[in-house]
Amino acid sequence: MARAATTTDAFNAVAEPRRRQILDALAGGERPVNDLVRELGLAQPQVSKHLRVLREVGAVDVREEGRQRLYRLNGRALKPIHDWVKAYERSWSERFEQLDVVLEELKQKEARDGGE
Amino acid sequence: MAVSSQTATVTLPTDEQILITREFDAPRHLVFQAYTKPELVKRWWHANRGEMKVAEIDLRIGGEWRYVSVTDDGFEVAFHGEYREVVPNERLVSTEAYEGIPDPDANATLNTATFTEKDGRTTLTILVEAPSKAIRDAIIESGMEAGLQDALDLLEQTAVSLR
Repeated sequence: MARAATTTDAFNAVAEPRRRQILDALAGGERPVNDLVRELGLAQPQVSKHLRVLREVGAVDVREEGRQRLYRLNGRALKPIHDWVKAYERSWSERFEQLDVVLEELKQKEARDGGE
Repeated sequence: MAVSSQTATVTLPTDEQILITREFDAPRHLVFQAYTKPELVKRWWHANRGEMKVAEIDLRIGGEWRYVSVTDDGFEVAFHGEYREVVPNERLVSTEAYEGIPDPDANATLNTATFTEKDGRTTLTILVEAPSKAIRDAIIESGMEAGLQDALDLLEQTAVSLR
């Protein structure tokens, strides 16, 4: 498959620092767009544009409440990114498990030698 | 035995960074030792995926380090770098260059390892700062490929290097 367009790929969607900022803000709970405008210090059309990209990849959901549109984070859409990092995490975890063994030995040796 | 099976936590704070965090059931002077003494590094850095042939460490500012590891199928991977900051038991800043790519030093990362101790346990954080998002992503991606392929393309080489 050809490279995914910006609007259909979670990786591309979060590549933009402002969009990550929006996700961080929404991680704290549901927010109206005005809140985000204030927090990011951007003009509303720009914030709306970023929100649209995030919505198209499913990273953000929206609902109407009265005259307000409330946005909230949908973490599941970011799972591909999580999985991507996870494999790297696994190789470090394996490395550190070996380090645990070495440390256990050093601790026992130190205890035997009467500490420092 | 008190060997934990907890996993390392990896996050991507910015486009160029990787942050690795892990807690160890040992005081930090021991973690620092295991991290900086060649004969000890040789015992864990290979992550059970081969053997470390070389672990040279000249632990002082401007001093160099070099690790060479050979995987079980005979593939050799080498890293080297230079120490920029050395605070015993606390902090280690060094460059890390993978020798399997063109111009390793220009594409090197800057790694900051921090050791903090609490109640006899040590939290180790390693902040990896790459010169670009592309290099940062290639490092992560290689970890993902680890163990899956045998080809000798660049991605594969980096993958093996992370075993």
